[in-house]
Amino acid sequence: LEHIHRVSPKKAALGTLYLTATHVIFVENSPDTRKETWILHSQISTIEKQATTATGCPLLIRCKNFQIIQLIIPQERDCHDVYISLIRLARPVKYEELYCFSFNPMLDKEEREQGWVLIDLSEEYKRMGLPNHYWQLSDVNRDYRVCDSYPTELYVPRSATAHIIVGSSKFRSRRRFPVLSYYYKDNHASICRSSQPLSGFSARCLEDEQMLQAIRKANPGSDFVYVVDTRPKLNAMANRAAGKGYENEDNYSNIKFQFIGIENIHVMRNSLQKMLEVCELKSPSMSDFLWGLENSGWLRHIKAIMDAGIFIAKAVSEEGVSVLVHCSDGWDRTAQVCSVASLLLDPHYRTLKGFMVLIEKDWISFGHKFNHRYGNLDGDPKEISPVIDQFIECVWQLMEQFPCAFEFNERFLIHIQHHIYSCQFGNFLCNSQKERRELKIQERTYSLWAHLWKNRADYLNPLFRADHSQTQGTLHLPTAPCNFMYKFWSGMYNRFEKGMQPRQSVTDYLMAVKEETQQLEEELEALEERLEKIQKVQLNCTKVKSKQSEPSKHSGFSTSDNSIANTPQDYSGNMKSFPSRSPSQGDEDSALILTQDNLKSSDPDLSANSDQESGVEDLSCRSPSGGEHAPSEDSGKDRDSDEAVFLTA
Amino acid sequence: MEEMCFQLWVFLFCLSFLFAPQALSTLDSITLMYPFFYRPMFEVIEDGWHSFLPEQEFELYSSATSEWRLSYVNTEFAVCPSYPPIVTVPKSIDDEALRKVATFRHGGRFPVLSYYHKKNGMVIMRSGQPLTGTNGRRCKEDEKLINATLRAGKRGYIIDTRSLNVAQQARAKGGGFEQEAHYPQWRRIHKSIERYHTLQESLIKLVEACNDQTHNMDRWLSKLEASNWLTHIKEILTAACLAAQCIDREGASILIHGTEGTDSTLQVTSLAQIILEPRSRTIRGFEALIEREWLQAGHPFQQRCAQSAYCNTKQKWEAPVFLLFLDCVWQILRQFPCSFEFNENFLIMLFEHAYASQFGTFLGNNESESRCKLKLQQKTMSLWSWVNQPGELSKFTNPLFEANNLVIWPSVAPQSLPLWEGIFLRWNRSSKYLDEAYEEMVNIIEYNKELQAKVNILRRQLAELETEDGMQESP
Repeated sequence: LEHIHRVSPKKAALGTLYLTATHVIFVENSPDTRKETWILHSQISTIEKQATTATGCPLLIRCKNFQIIQLIIPQERDCHDVYISLIRLARPVKYEELYCFSFNPMLDKEEREQGWVLIDLSEEYKRMGLPNHYWQLSDVNRDYRVCDSYPTELYVPRSATAHIIVGSSKFRSRRRFPVLSYYYKDNHASICRSSQPLSGFSARCLEDEQMLQAIRKANPGSDFVYVVDTRPKLNAMANRAAGKGYENEDNYSNIKFQFIGIENIHVMRNSLQKMLEVCELKSPSMSDFLWGLENSGWLRHIKAIMDAGIFIAKAVSEEGVSVLVHCSDGWDRTAQVCSVASLLLDPHYRTLKGFMVLIEKDWISFGHKFNHRYGNLDGDPKEISPVIDQFIECVWQLMEQFPCAFEFNERFLIHIQHHIYSCQFGNFLCNSQKERRELKIQERTYSLWAHLWKNRADYLNPLFRADHSQTQGTLHLPTAPCNFMYKFWSGMYNRFEKGMQPRQSVTDYLMAVKEETQQLEEELEALEERLEKIQKVQLNCTKVKSKQSEPSKHSGFSTSDNSIANTPQDYSGNMKSFPSRSPSQGDEDSALILTQDNLKSSDPDLSANSDQESGVEDLSCRSPSGGEHAPSEDSGKDRDSDEAVFLTA
Repeated sequence: MEEMCFQLWVFLFCLSFLFAPQALSTLDSITLMYPFFYRPMFEVIEDGWHSFLPEQEFELYSSATSEWRLSYVNTEFAVCPSYPPIVTVPKSIDDEALRKVATFRHGGRFPVLSYYHKKNGMVIMRSGQPLTGTNGRRCKEDEKLINATLRAGKRGYIIDTRSLNVAQQARAKGGGFEQEAHYPQWRRIHKSIERYHTLQESLIKLVEACNDQTHNMDRWLSKLEASNWLTHIKEILTAACLAAQCIDREGASILIHGTEGTDSTLQVTSLAQIILEPRSRTIRGFEALIEREWLQAGHPFQQRCAQSAYCNTKQKWEAPVFLLFLDCVWQILRQFPCSFEFNENFLIMLFEHAYASQFGTFLGNNESESRCKLKLQQKTMSLWSWVNQPGELSKFTNPLFEANNLVIWPSVAPQSLPLWEGIFLRWNRSSKYLDEAYEEMVNIIEYNKELQAKVNILRRQLAELETEDGMQESP
C-alpha cells in the first residue's frame, strides 16, 4: 500500500492503492468521502507504464469494461512493483485463480443449486415445441464422443441416423455437425448451425449431404434449405486451400448457398481497438470523432451481423425456409447470427429470462470459447475478440429502434457484458460445456443468471408491456438502406464518462413512476375497502344519518378537482427511489460495481445522475464534473490563447 | 380542414418557388403570402401578438434590480432599424448617449440587456460589432455604457463569436472589436461560430447524406462528418456553455457580439439562457425567449429561412441559424429529458413554422418591418395564439417534466451530440415504434396521475366520513 495519485480525465485525487488477491482498490484520502474504486483483476485489459514525470510515475490501466484509470505513483520503484504485480495478477494461468472460485455471495448450497437450474435448456427446447414429428433429441454426443465443443443435449432431424451424424461430423471442422439452434413452431422452419465443411476443392461426403437433406425434410413446407456462410467469400475460398471451405451447390441437392460477409475475429479485435482509441481521445473535435468512428469500421461490422440476422429471420418467418448457418468453426459469427435471428423471430428471447436462455443456448452450450475470446486466463492475445460484445450491441441497436419490444433495459446488457469479463460468476468460464463439467463449475461457483434474476427490478424496461404490439411476433426491420439506424453506443463504450451520458434517465424516472403507481393501486384498493365498510356501518346505523351524509359526500366530490390541482405530486414523499437516488449515486467515477456489499442492491453505475449542479461540464468536453472546480482551472485548453491567458491569470 | 388548407398552401408555396424564385423574397410580395389570407378555424383565446410584451418581461427583472431601465429611444426605429421600439439598458445611461453609441455599433445595435441572472446579478448583453475601423476609432459613451453594467471592482467578458482573425479582418470594412486598452475591465474571448453560406452548405450536405440510398455504412458516416453540421452544433453549444459558465461560475457579466449581432450572437445568448434559466425551459418561457431573443432582437427570418435545404440557387442570405439553435436545444433536452416542459414535437413545430407557416410570427426580418411595413399584428395571426390553446399545447407538453431550478450543464463531447433524427431522418425512417414508445410513456404517467387523483378523492371522502362518524358517536 502506498500513497499515490489517481488521475481521471476530470480530476485528480490523492489516495492509497491496495492490491488484494482479487481486486485493485483505490481509496481516496479525502476524509469525508473516502471513496473507493474497486477493480477486479480479471477486468484489467492492459497496463501501461508511461514516462516518469516530475510528479511521479504514471500507470495507465485499461479495463475490459471500458473503464480507464490512470495512477501516478511518486516512486518509480513502487510503480514498477505495482506494474509487475498487476501484470501477474491480471493474467491468471489457472481457472482456480479466478474470482468466481473465491466469490461468496452468502448463499447456502441449496440457493446456489437453485441458481444454476434457473435457466434450463431442456425446458427451452420444450417451449419451442420439441421433440416433435420432425426433430428428436439425439444422444449421439453422450460423453462428448462426437464433438467435444458441443453440448450433450442436441436436437437433430428424425431422419438423421447416428451413422449420418457421425459421418457428417467427420466432414466438418472440429466435428461440429449441423444441429438445431432454433425451431420456428409456426411453419416448421428451423435455424441450424454447424462449422464449415471439409470440402477443399472437390471433396464430398455423402452423409453430410444426407444430413442437409434431412434438415430440408424436417420442414415439409419448403423444398430447399438456405446455407448461409457468414464469412466474406474470399475468406471462405482461401479456406479451401486448407482442405476446408464451403458447400458446393452442385453436390447438395436443394440448397441455396449464400455468403454474408462478416469479418473474422482479428478484424473485429482491431476494429474495437480503433474505436476505443477514438473514445479515449482527450477533447476530440466532432470530425476527429466521426472520422475515427468510421475508420474503425465498427458500425459497419455491427450492420453486417444485423443484416445476416435479418436475412435469416426473413427466410424463416416469411419464406418458411430452413437455414443452416456456419462460418469457419461455427462458434463466433454463427453464434452471433443465430442469436440475432432468434431474437428477431421470437418475442420470448426479448424477455429477461428468455434472453438469458438465448445466451445460454447459442453461446454457452454451443461452445463459444469464452475463455479464449475474453482472455480470462492468460493465453494467446490473437484469440481475443469482442464477439459477444457485438451481439450485445446488436441487441442495444434493436432496443433503440423498438423501445417497447424488450422486457429488459440497457443496464441489463451492460451488466451482462461486465460479467462476461469479470469472472465473478461461473457461467462464462472455459471454452465448452465439457470443460465446465470437468471443472465442476456448478458446484464451486455461482450463477450470474440467478443474481440478475434476483435484481430483475433494476433491469426492467418500463415501456415493455406483454400485450403491446411491439412485443408480438417477429420484429420487422425496414428493408430500405438504413445505415443511420446504427449509432455509436456511448452508454457502453463511454460508460464510465458519466458526464457524457444523458444526465436524467428516462428509464429510471418511468420505473419510479410505475413503482409509485403500484403503491397507489394498493392504497386505492385499501381505501375502497375501508370506505365500503364504513358506508355499510353507516347504512346499518340509521337511514336518517345516511341521508344526512349524502350532501356532504357530494361536496367532497365536487371539490376533488381542486384538491388534485393543489397537490402537485408529492413525488418526494411517495417516490423514494427517484429524487433520493440521483444525487447520492451520482458520484462520477464510482468505478467498480459489484463488490460484495453492493451486490445486494443493484449496481449503481447506471443510475440517473441528475445532480446537475455538480455535473458542471468542462467546456473542453472531457467534462469535469463536480461543481467544486472553478472553470478557470483547466478550461483553457480548448480556447483561443487570448482568453486562456486571462482565465488562468 | 385546416390541415388541408395548410397542405394546399405548402403546395402552392413550393410552386411559387419553382416559377419565381426571386419574387417572393421581396417585401411587397410577402403581403401576398398565405398568412395574409389565412383565417383561423379556432377561437382566439389569447392574442399571441400581445403575449410577450417587453414591459412584462422587464417586470420580471425589475423586482430584483433597479440598475436597468426601459428605453423608448428606438420608438420610430430611427436609432436602430433592427431593434424593437423598447429595449432594456443601464439606468445610468440616457437616451442621448444611446444614440451616440448606436453610431459606433454595427447596424446601430448598441449593447442592450439580454438576460439578468437573478442568482448573482450578472448579465448577458448583446450588440453589433464596434465600428473601430483600421484607425482604432473609439467611443466614450460606448465604453461608459458597457462599464455601467459592471459592479464595482468586477470584470466582465466580451465574447466575440468570430475568430480573432475574422474580427481583425472586419476592421478593414469599418468594423472591428473592442481594444483591451480602451476597455480595461473587460477581457475578450473569441469563440468562432460559422455564418451564412457555410451553414447553408452544411445543411444541404447533411440533408443529402440523410437521403443517400446506398447500403454503405462508411459512406454515411463520412458524409455526416463532411457536412460539418454536428461540428457547428458543438461550436455553438460550447460558446453558450462558456457564456453560462462566465455568468454562473465566474460571477462575471458578459457582452456578446459577432458582426451584425443578429445570428450567432442570438444563438449564444438564447442557449445560455436555456442553460441558466429554468423559466426558459418551460413552454411559455421558451416562447418568450424566442420572441425576445429572436423576433424582437431582429433575427432576419425572412432572409434566413426562405428555402431551407433544397434551394436551387445559392441564396446569399439563406442560413439555418434558427434551425441550429433548435437543434442545440434538442441536444440539451436529450441530455436532460425531465427538465423541459416542452417535447421534441414543439421544436419540430417551431422549425416548420419558421420556414413555412399560416401565421405571421416569423414573417419579416425585424420589428420595424413586421410592425410598420407589413402590419402583421393587424393583418395576420400570431403563431402563439394557436399554439397556446390547451388542445394544441397538450401535443407539445413533455410528460416527464419536473421543474428543475438548477443550472443544467450539457456535455459537448462528440459522443454526447448525436444527429437529430426527429428532424433530419423524419421522412427516411418510420417513426412508428418510437411514437408508440412515446405513447406508452404518456400512458404510464397519465395512469399514475389518474390514480393519484382517485386516491386523493377517497382519502378526502374517508376523512370526512370518519369525522362524521366521530361526531355521530360523540353525542
